[in-house]
Formats: sequence, structure tokens, C-alpha cells
Amino acid sequence: MTIQVLMPALSPTMTEGTLAKWNVKEGDAVASGDVIAEIETDKATMEFEAVDEGVIGQILVAEGTEGVAVNTPIAVLLEEGEDESALSSAGASAPAAAPAEPEPAEPAQSAPAAPAAAAPAEAAPAAEAEWTGPTKTLAVREALRDAMWEEMARDESVFLMGEEVAEYQGAYKVTQGLLDEFGAKRVIDTPITEQGFAGLGVGAAFMGLRPIVEFMTFNFAMQAIDQIINSAAKTLYMSGGQMGAPIVFRGPNGAASRVGAQHSQCYASWYAHCPGLKVVSPWSAADAKGLLKSAIRDPNPVIFLENEMLYGQSFEVPDADDWLVPIGKAKVVRPGKDVTITAFSIMVGRALEAAEKLAEEGIDAEVIDLRSIRPLDVETIVRSVQKTNRIVSCEEGWPFAGVGSEIAALMMERAFDWLDAPVARVHGADVPLPYAANLEKLALPQAQSIVEAAKAVCYR
Amino acid sequence: MANESSKKSSAKKSSAKQAASKRAAAKRASRKAATKAPAATPDDLMQYYRDMLLIRRFEEKAGQLYGMGLIGGFCHLYIGQEAVVIGMQACTKEGDCVITSYRDHGHMLATGMDPKGVMAELTGREGGYSKGKGGSMHMFSKEKNFYGGHGIVGAQVPLGAGIAFALQYKGTDNVCLTYTGDGAMNQGQVYESFNMATLWKLPVIFVIENNKYGMGTSVERSSATGANLHDRGKAHGIPGFEVDGMDVLAVREAGEDAVAHCRAGKGPIILEMKTYRYRGHSMSDPAKYRSKEEVNKMRQQHDPIDLVRGRLIDGGHASEEDLKAIDKEVKQIVSEAADFSQQSPEPDPSELWTDVLLDA
Repeated sequence: MTIQVLMPALSPTMTEGTLAKWNVKEGDAVASGDVIAEIETDKATMEFEAVDEGVIGQILVAEGTEGVAVNTPIAVLLEEGEDESALSSAGASAPAAAPAEPEPAEPAQSAPAAPAAAAPAEAAPAAEAEWTGPTKTLAVREALRDAMWEEMARDESVFLMGEEVAEYQGAYKVTQGLLDEFGAKRVIDTPITEQGFAGLGVGAAFMGLRPIVEFMTFNFAMQAIDQIINSAAKTLYMSGGQMGAPIVFRGPNGAASRVGAQHSQCYASWYAHCPGLKVVSPWSAADAKGLLKSAIRDPNPVIFLENEMLYGQSFEVPDADDWLVPIGKAKVVRPGKDVTITAFSIMVGRALEAAEKLAEEGIDAEVIDLRSIRPLDVETIVRSVQKTNRIVSCEEGWPFAGVGSEIAALMMERAFDWLDAPVARVHGADVPLPYAANLEKLALPQAQSIVEAAKAVCYR
Repeated sequence: MANESSKKSSAKKSSAKQAASKRAAAKRASRKAATKAPAATPDDLMQYYRDMLLIRRFEEKAGQLYGMGLIGGFCHLYIGQEAVVIGMQACTKEGDCVITSYRDHGHMLATGMDPKGVMAELTGREGGYSKGKGGSMHMFSKEKNFYGGHGIVGAQVPLGAGIAFALQYKGTDNVCLTYTGDGAMNQGQVYESFNMATLWKLPVIFVIENNKYGMGTSVERSSATGANLHDRGKAHGIPGFEVDGMDVLAVREAGEDAVAHCRAGKGPIILEMKTYRYRGHSMSDPAKYRSKEEVNKMRQQHDPIDLVRGRLIDGGHASEEDLKAIDKEVKQIVSEAADFSQQSPEPDPSELWTDVLLDA
């Protein structure tokens, strides 16, 4: 059997090229790896190597020929023991003949290429059961600590790492007591090396461990965002489902107080943009505890956005051994009929404050705590808008491509006919956060901004 | 052993010469035995010859399929560097893990992954290791403890340290071979990983495959301290050694020491493999940054496969016919892989939506 040497594609975009030069002539013996020709691609002149060994039986395309299509036979190679007589039987003597579309052959296509169907809709999980049992009063930081404590006690493969999480007891005292209880093997102080320990955590998660990686604040996670997106979020997909990263990245997110532009921003929409991640941002201590426990048990990477200003706030938390809140389910924290207000994290408190003020003016607002940013519980939002016909989205972050932008788009797609006013967005000012007390206050959305937006969509 | 000239491989088989080289081989063997690890047995040599040849032929075939438009995008061939992965893999045991960057086909074949599944991933087919969703740079095998296949230069290094962390956490004495190229040695996260690996005595072998060029930039032009990269761990207390990465036995010898170091709980170690890639950085690289003479010199005088072939023939351990039989076997495997990679169907359109998240 003679071997046809085909015009190669030598770049991802090449469809044809110039056969610049033959380095061999008919009758020459070639071995695999020998440079036999030079080919000009759309990018450069490349050397073209023989893949098989044999003797050049015939050159089909002369050097200098331009516009040679990829996969056109350009020469015929005689294998060991063959002579020219093999050429005619191979029918390769007609260079002009349409290149018999060489082997590659169409893959046995399983189905006609269907138009890229829309992503299958996901139903939100069932909400946690209403808690009617005893509760205890806990600050958010204690609730978070208890969640980690319970999950570490429950599962040996859970460990915690981050800056100052062990001996210092947590930069914000969220990890207090964990080192004493679980020891240095499982509660690990890291150097200040975010990209390094984020990647190390993901590698450990590939191996089936369940790391909780604390960022002292999410501002520092920008050093590690490549590992979070490219390594943690994409590996399950890139490996065809073979291995993923069951890991939680947690820490305070958003503005604190007077800490300046580099330490004050909300990452909810950054991470929510990326498939392969779950993004959670609780407000109450009960949700903080129940969601963190769910996040630790989740087989996927979860971004858990806390808020420094909430750490010291106390809430009633179910006094239960195993309080879980499902990821992906929003919560109506104040029912109402006139306008829907969505919020997450610290903005939930401001939304509730706004709702009180609105009530004084005769507007009955429904406040939804999103709790999960991705997956987003669209169903709950739509159901509320079907009732109120108006919606105000609140977030501390910037407006462009923010969580509010996504909600606005979703309402247009899913609740257009129910809307009596355009969707309103309340958000942080579109500037780096200033330091001056008065400017900082102006830049961050306050309850009053929500009141005004709600009144506007109610045409009041 | 490391400096043994590959000229031996081209030594003609006059019986006198053969006898002489046989004596030399025996002498080498006894000298080695006197110092430490047992010399390679003829069976070992035959195995390495076969395994390196499989990578070589596989990569040549991949280059050909790329030329035919069957493989798309980026495709980084491993030709020339075969001795590194085969020598290192010879030092591993069940449960040891491997992770590398994007020039990864050789590593996969070395860990025993099926050439059919690897080639079918290159062609983007259902039968590929990642069901066609990963491609040349993103393949994994839980079964063979191969953890990818990573496309961002240097990102695999903290991941490898994390795999080693998990091996230690679970109380095993396994190690993680974490491969990087010379280009990655200027990425910050590599040094973040060095620091943590030493702090926590992680069982990780950082194997630097120094093939002299990060894409088109030579090590000399990118490294402030010159071409030697094995001393880059000094600041973190990591011992580092330079190894002839074109000689599978030199690699194996260094690898055995490194693996023993890690298994004994002494923490990380660096092996810098001086190696060479014959082809361009990727398929579309005309490699104008180096001379033809340089490439030819490496190919003709330092080829890792020719070196072992010479040892087998000169040592009288194998005949030309024996090796030809191996060539034929390897060619057959590669040809079957190529066939499979074209016959396997493209992934079903429904696969677009799977494997994004696992059910909680």
C-alpha cells in the first residue's frame, strides 16, 4: 500500500498554504521525522516532517504552488518492498483529481447537530422546613464557627486553612476555638500566599478532601482568582465528570468601614458569572450556619461571601444538631403585596429598614433575601413579582453587569407581562470606594435609596 | 552514566566493537552496583525503549492528524523529552500521583492511560478521556492518578502541592510528581508552593522539564540567574539536582533518590531535567528562535530513544529484529489509537450541559 502525503494544516486557522520548497526528490528514502518540505502557512513558513518511512515515489504538487488546500495529496510514499508499479495501482498519478477526501472520514455522528439548545432549566430545591423548635441567640460569627465545628466533627476529610485561622483564632475571630478542638493537622495557618494556598486547597479537593479555605477578606482572593475559576470551577467539566473540587472559599466580602477602595468591594457578580461555581451570601445567623454546613457538604466549589459588618449581629438560630439550609433557595423575609425588594447579605437589613419606612407611607413591600446568588432562585422572585408587579433589586456592588442587571434581564424574560414599571436597581456608586466618611456614605446604598427606588416603581 | 555518549548507538556492529562495548557496559554496571541502585536490567531497557517509542510514535501521529485537521486548537508535542516521564514513572508505585501542564500527552501515556482514549480526546470525540470536552491540554484519569493537563503556566504547581498535601493528610507514603516547564519557573505561585511544601514537608517532587525555551524565549533570556533552575528552591531550603533528561537511566537514578527522600518524610525536592523538544512550542510555531544545527545536534547525538537502542544492541541484549518487533507493535498500537480517534463519534449535543456541577 502506498501512503499519500497530504498537505498539512500547520496552525489552528490554516485552510490552504503555499508549498514553498521540496527538500526531497522522487526516489529519495525518508524516515519518520525527516523534514521533507517547507510550507508557508497563514502565519509562518514551517518545516514539514515525514511521519512514515519509505521512498518518495511521486511528487504530486510542484514546489512554488500557491493555494494548496489542506488535505490535498502532495506526494506518494512507497513503503518497504514497493516500487513505482505501486503508483499506478494506487491511482495517485492524477494530481488534478479532486483530492479523495482522505481518511479522516466524518465521525459517526450520533445526531444531526442540534442547535445549541438552551440550558436545561433547573428547579430550585425545596426550602428548609419552617423551624418551630427552640432557638438560641447567636452572632453571625458564632454561627459560622459552629457550622465549621459541626462539619469537622462529622467528617474527617474537612479541614480549614487560611491566614490567622489557627493560633490567632481568626482575624475576625470566626475560627475561634477550632485549633484547640481539632488540632494543627486540620486547622492550618498559611503564609500570606493566596494564590498558592487556594491552588493547594483545590489540589487537595481533587483528591477527595473537603477544604474550607478562608480568605481574610475576599479582596485578597483576587490574587487567587485563576485557581478559583480555572482550576476549581472548570475541572469537573474538563475531565468529563471524572474529578471536581468539593471546596469552600469563604471570608468577608463587600465594604467594611472606612477601609478604602482596595479593601471594599462586592464579588457576588464576579463569581456568579462563572459556571461551575455556587455562590452564597447569607444575611442572618441561621442562614449563615445552615448554608455553610450545606456548602461544606456540597460536592462542588462554593464561594461563601460573608460580611464583616454582620459578624457581630445576633439572630435567633435553630437549636438543632443538624440545621441545614439548601443552596439555591431564596427566602421571603417580609411578605408584602405592593413591591418586591430583593437583597442579599448586609443589604437585607437595609431593605427591611426601608420596608418599615415604606409601610409608614402606605406601601406594603415584600422583601426577598436571595441567600444564594448562583444558582439564583428565580422562581421565588417571579412568583413575588406576579403578585406585586414591581421590583427593586439591591446590592452593595457596582451596577455594570451586577446582580441587579441579571435580575432585570431575568424579569424581562420571565415576568415581562407582569411588570407595571421598569425594574429598578439600587447599588453602590460606580466609583472605587472613597475613604472620607461623607463620601463613603454617599457611595454605599442606604435604606433611603431603597425607599426612593420603591416609591418610584410604585409611581409615588 | 549520564554523560555516556549516544555515539554508541551508531557504533557499527563489528564484532570487536561489540565486544568492547559489552565490556564497557559490564564495567558500568558493576561500577553502578558498587555505588548503589541496581543497574537497569535488559528487561528494563526493553521496557523503556518501548514506552519511549510509544510516546514518540503517538506524538508523530498526533502531528499528522493535526495536519489533516482532525485535531484542532493547541497541540503541544512531547517529542524529544520522552526519557523524562518514562524514567520518573519507573520510580513510582501504586498510589503515586502525577500532574503537569499542557505538554502532557507523554505523561498520560507514561501513567498507563490508554492511547485510544488520549487520541480520541485530541480529536474531540466521545471516546476521549474527557468525553471530548477537555482537549489536548485537559485530560485526567482518576484510575491512573493523573491529575491533568493544565493550561495556565505554573497553575499546576500549587495543585500538585495540594495533591501531596492530601497524600500526607491521608497518612500514605505516596508522592506527587509535579511537572513544570522552564517557562513556569518565573511564575510567583511556583515559589508560593515551594514555601508551603517545605513548611509542611509535603511529599512532592518538582520536576522541571528544562527544554531550554518557554515558547520562543530561551531560559537565558528569561532567567536572571542563568540557565540553572535546580537551585531555584534554595531560598526555601529545597534540595535541587540537575539531571540529564535525555538519558532515561540518569532520570531513573535521580528519580529513585528523590522518591526515597519524599517517602522518608523529608519534604519536597527539585529535579531539573535538561531536555529538549524537537518540535515547535505548538503546532503553529516555526521555531525561528533556534538554529537548525542546534536541533539537529540534539536529535542526532542526544536522542533518548537512540541512546537506549544503542545500549540494547551494544550490550547484546537485543537484536535489530527484536527492536523491529517492538517498533511494529508500537506502530500497531498507535495506528489503532488513530483509527479509534476517528471512528469514535463526536459527543452527543446533550453533553454540552453535563458535568458543570454535581448533584448535591
